[in-house]
Amino acid sequence: MSGKCGLFFTSYRAEDAVFPSRFQKLCLTAFFLALAVCPLFLNTYHLSILNLMGISVIAAVSLNLLTGVCGQISLGHGAFVGVGAYAAALAVRAGLPFVPGLLCGGAAAAVVGMVFGLPSLRLKGIYLAIATLAAQLILEYLFLHWDAVTGGLAGVAVSPPEILGFQFMGDERMFYLIMAVATLCTLAVTNLMRTKPGRAFVAIRDYYLSAEIVGVNLFTYKLRAFGVSSFMAGIAGGLWGHYTMYITPEQFGIGQSISFLAMIIIGGLGSVQGAVFGAVFITLLPEVLSAGAGGLGSVFPDMATYFLALKEGVFGLTLVLFLIFEPEGLAHRWRLVKAYWKLYPFAH
Amino acid sequence: MEYYLQLVINGLVVGSIYSLVALGFVIIYKATKVVNFAQGELVMVGAYICFSLTVQAQLPFLVSFLMTLGFSVVLGMTIERLVLRPLIGESIISVIMVTIGLSSVLKSLVQMFWGTQIQVFPEVLPHDPIIILGLPVAPVYVAAFILSVVLFLIFSAFFKFSSIGIAMRATAFDQCAAASMGIGIKNIFALSWCIAAVVSSIGGVILGNINGINSQLGHLGLKVFPAVILGGLDSLLGAALGGLAIGVLENVCEGLAKDLFGLGGFREVAAFVILVVILMVKPYGFFGTKEIERV
Repeated sequence: MSGKCGLFFTSYRAEDAVFPSRFQKLCLTAFFLALAVCPLFLNTYHLSILNLMGISVIAAVSLNLLTGVCGQISLGHGAFVGVGAYAAALAVRAGLPFVPGLLCGGAAAAVVGMVFGLPSLRLKGIYLAIATLAAQLILEYLFLHWDAVTGGLAGVAVSPPEILGFQFMGDERMFYLIMAVATLCTLAVTNLMRTKPGRAFVAIRDYYLSAEIVGVNLFTYKLRAFGVSSFMAGIAGGLWGHYTMYITPEQFGIGQSISFLAMIIIGGLGSVQGAVFGAVFITLLPEVLSAGAGGLGSVFPDMATYFLALKEGVFGLTLVLFLIFEPEGLAHRWRLVKAYWKLYPFAH
Repeated sequence: MEYYLQLVINGLVVGSIYSLVALGFVIIYKATKVVNFAQGELVMVGAYICFSLTVQAQLPFLVSFLMTLGFSVVLGMTIERLVLRPLIGESIISVIMVTIGLSSVLKSLVQMFWGTQIQVFPEVLPHDPIIILGLPVAPVYVAAFILSVVLFLIFSAFFKFSSIGIAMRATAFDQCAAASMGIGIKNIFALSWCIAAVVSSIGGVILGNINGINSQLGHLGLKVFPAVILGGLDSLLGAALGGLAIGVLENVCEGLAKDLFGLGGFREVAAFVILVVILMVKPYGFFGTKEIERV
């Protein structure tokens, strides 16, 4: 039907679709085509940024499920990613093929996440945040001091992933692997949010007492949220470890957890799209800064020494400014932009 | 045994600094229900200001100490006005994240102005050790302990007897009721940030006198959480005792872990293991107010 203005659903099925309009599907196809061909035009450095972005997207989407959708604040996500990285590396080293190894990493992270999620039955809000902070620091200590398993400060060397004899060596091949997994995870979370557990998560976030009264079992659903979210974090970790081919404890510090949280805050809590935007934004931020600092370096030669401090400062400032001026994040801004153009030039 | 006694005394000293920082944390939490993740950075900024006034500007220690306190008042007020006030009424995660962002900003400012190397304070107190229970203890440790006890007493009296202190307690108890009785809620919020910044900077100056300061000092802020959870998030007495207890416990645990299992660096996590246990057993701490929820 041509000439119709807006979306008119004639069945519940159509209304429930993940991508309701043909234009959306078209845009998405174009986006994936662009992704598929972009390694041909980009150099290794830019590809490596894209790869890190993909891994951050998985982690941010998974944290968003736990914090944005289910309302359980986690300051330990960086450590859960770490558990996945170590477990996947060890599983592959023990002789498992890559895909089961990666799933092992996810499963290990899920178990650890659920153990630290156990207090979430009794604890809410700030208490849960502090409990997960403790989880982060305890796991960090284990990474550093459980030498027999994690290799301590020296870390663990990881071989590049291999699926059915095909070796994903180098940035270009990893790019496709990472993007495929990131797409799968994003789709999985989008779909999960439309199912019964997804709606139960939202009910718990909005008001846990009402949720319990309408029959949501708080304990199992909170635990499930921790499990699913940590599982995906573990997958992100496993990919990350196999991508960098070397795992050290400082990759999974408290700073990492904070930056995952910043991603979902800046992107927009509770929205899958927002988590993706946030992950892209936070990964790009230091790169743009370093490009800017490189340009300014000729004017202020001291720039390089201040760069690390500057990076942290800009990160903090961005977070604060977003929370004050755009608390609903980039996803909200994006909706406003879309709404503006939808009826352009007849905006009302 | 003497080794453990030494550990206990060290723990009391470190613990008294935890108590001071925890005191600041609890004052903010009590009055504004804001969980401040930037408490450690307030300590660090205070320490660096005092350092640059004494060492770089060559002022006498007492003058620079008082100027640091003045600066902290301004800093606390600025932070409250610019960062926290727009977020009144927002969700817990927003408030947590804004203080985390704030801590990044403060940390980066300190690194830009003073670099990342360890800076050493000039010696203010005599160096000869004082003998306590047959063990030599540096005077600065004793001063740290006494100072934190004195501050705790001052603040307890302030909250109990002064009209501003009572207004702050009233605000903590019920904001609407307090506002309707003519208490300026916003002023109370600003005041609690000022007090917290001042107390933290005192902690920072003491710490600088003991160990020297570097830009990683902010990590101290994380140790506040075990202390306040042990004592109860909204209790001054709890913060003071919790800080001391955590200081002692982590030192003793470090010693035990080294003797029994040969584990190094256990001090870093001991407090957090204790924290998890407390959260499981007694989430509102020993002196905290239990939240009672009704449908």
